[in-house]
Amino acid sequence: MSEPKFNNSLVRWIDHRLPVFTFMHHEMHEYPTPKNLNYWWNFGSLAGIVLVIMIMSGIVLAMHYTAHVDHAFQSVERIMRDVNYGWLVRYIHANGASFFFIVVYIHIFRGLYYGSYKAPRELLWMLGVVILVLMMATAFMGYVLPWGQMSFWGATVITNLFSAIPLVGESIVTLLWGGFSVDNPTLNRFYALHYLLPFVIVGVVVLHIVALHRFGSNNPLGIDVRGNQDTISFHPYYTVKDAFGLGVFLVLLSAVVFFLPNSMGHPDNYIPANPMVTPAHIVPEWYFLPFYAILRAIPDKLFGVLAMFAAIGVLFILPWLDRSPVRSATFRPIYKVMFWVFLFDCVVLTWLGAKPAEGIYVLLSRLFTAYYFFHFLILLPVLSIFETPRALPRSIGKPILEGGGGAMAAAPAAPREKL
Amino acid sequence: MIVSKLIRVTLFASLCIFFLTPSASVKAAGGVAVPAQEWSFNGVFGTFDRGELQRGFHVYKEVCAGCHSLNYIAFRNLVDLGFNEEEIKVIAKEYEVEDGPNNDGEMFTRTAMPSDVWPAPFPNDNAARAGNNGALPPDLSLMVDARVGGADYLYALLSGYHDAPEGQKVGDGMYYNAFYPGNQIAMPSPLSADGVEYGDGTKATINQQARDVSAFLAWATEPNMEERKRMGVKVLIFLLVMTGLFYVSKRRIWADVH
Repeated sequence: MSEPKFNNSLVRWIDHRLPVFTFMHHEMHEYPTPKNLNYWWNFGSLAGIVLVIMIMSGIVLAMHYTAHVDHAFQSVERIMRDVNYGWLVRYIHANGASFFFIVVYIHIFRGLYYGSYKAPRELLWMLGVVILVLMMATAFMGYVLPWGQMSFWGATVITNLFSAIPLVGESIVTLLWGGFSVDNPTLNRFYALHYLLPFVIVGVVVLHIVALHRFGSNNPLGIDVRGNQDTISFHPYYTVKDAFGLGVFLVLLSAVVFFLPNSMGHPDNYIPANPMVTPAHIVPEWYFLPFYAILRAIPDKLFGVLAMFAAIGVLFILPWLDRSPVRSATFRPIYKVMFWVFLFDCVVLTWLGAKPAEGIYVLLSRLFTAYYFFHFLILLPVLSIFETPRALPRSIGKPILEGGGGAMAAAPAAPREKL
Repeated sequence: MIVSKLIRVTLFASLCIFFLTPSASVKAAGGVAVPAQEWSFNGVFGTFDRGELQRGFHVYKEVCAGCHSLNYIAFRNLVDLGFNEEEIKVIAKEYEVEDGPNNDGEMFTRTAMPSDVWPAPFPNDNAARAGNNGALPPDLSLMVDARVGGADYLYALLSGYHDAPEGQKVGDGMYYNAFYPGNQIAMPSPLSADGVEYGDGTKATINQQARDVSAFLAWATEPNMEERKRMGVKVLIFLLVMTGLFYVSKRRIWADVH
């Protein structure tokens, strides 16, 4: 951690009094990063960039949007038709939300695979789960703003969930609505909160990064960094790698924004909200579907709601459920298989969430919901007792194993970087 | 190792496809598969066919506009269809709109101007219901985005009126249509062969009219579609070059890392 030398005298003058340049140099330039990070590690910084894209496009939309039940739908159509490039900004914002969740879900599953939630990164992980919860609240309230049929009925269904809470449920729902049904006060407070929460997310992201920089990134081997030979500076190595990843991401986002802009939305949301007409199927946005499936799998309303929140809540205590000292699934033969089974379980739950709650889908939802909790509450604690992990490499830089058996030498300890 | 990597890449790709195309698995609301049509506006380079749009506008003006509003389209938007300003003024002059209040506090009617939105056939929803046997004819501005199947569905619906199959009960004042959810629609078959006369000499069969008006409504739903796709091609070319350069830079910078 050498003191950086700045050539520009103005920069030196400022840095002496307010060491922002030194700070940036330490945290973004020389920040020592494990040299064996693979492309799954791109999704963290990518998520941060998507957050910025969402806030910027959102602020522009807010300049043209009218939060009133009589004008909201119309003002969105005005953005689409009459505001210069309004269609572009709105399609970026609407599809950006879906991409935000794709990026963050990949980021989370990367953490699950490589054990990034384990000591000493428990708080880093928990802050991440807080970000996920805030993102869900923000996305839900954002979807209400166009005041289409799915906006209205989605808001009705989701806010009604809180009425399941004993004693205070009804009061909470009235408070959320600002009245006795989803109406103009609901729209207004959702708009205010939809504008507020992204900045709360920014705050938690800052904490997330502070916690990250305390011990640095985990890595595909899941072993601690032993010294300088294991790390490289963040810049230029990971800045350029993240830039390449960002490029790929922008290509995919643009392909959808420009050529399939409505593929992730629901046609019913192009029908203005009508409290007198219920859509045939009320389906939340795809990124809520696994949790929606869990909600509907439980026959009792209160326990359904509890299960849905528990599905996220269980992530908070994950560092204490998985007691295995080995982080990376690479060295945990059984956990590795369980990870893929769990991912499959989540994908099936997503699919089930989009299906009507009838016939075989109900049974499947219950089975896959049961497995979701079985994975976290039974499998992981038990696994950490019975699983025999494979031998760990001694360090990131020197992939030589203790004992150095012939079969062990094939362990994928070399950086996965080379393509 | 390579096999497992391949499996992972395949799994990831299929996950992406799964998440990116949720609508592909959605059946049309009627439960009947809607046949896909060839549209000039399909695909990455798709554009609207101006002749088709003008014929479709003609059908809307002569047939649909009797009951259906088009609230988000103004006369000035007809520029997109290939009409010039003078022609648009002439079209607008055929209509009267309510304006006001004037300095005496009175509402008055005047001839429409290019900046006016298309005049609705009914002053409010209740009047529309009263004039249509209790059913509300929806606004058509967003029809293509607001229905599963989009333009294909509209074409199928408009050209798909047939006698109800035996045993199927059709309610009073309702009509059978295989593509409509529940198969009973309050709108009688709106199109009839030679019900309109096209200026360009195209034969006005029911299928032709259904096709033209569906294309017109695709335009009305998203008048910026051509601009969007044109810009998208440029943006993608730029991004692919940029990403390629980033990739080369990354390879060079990482060359010395072991």
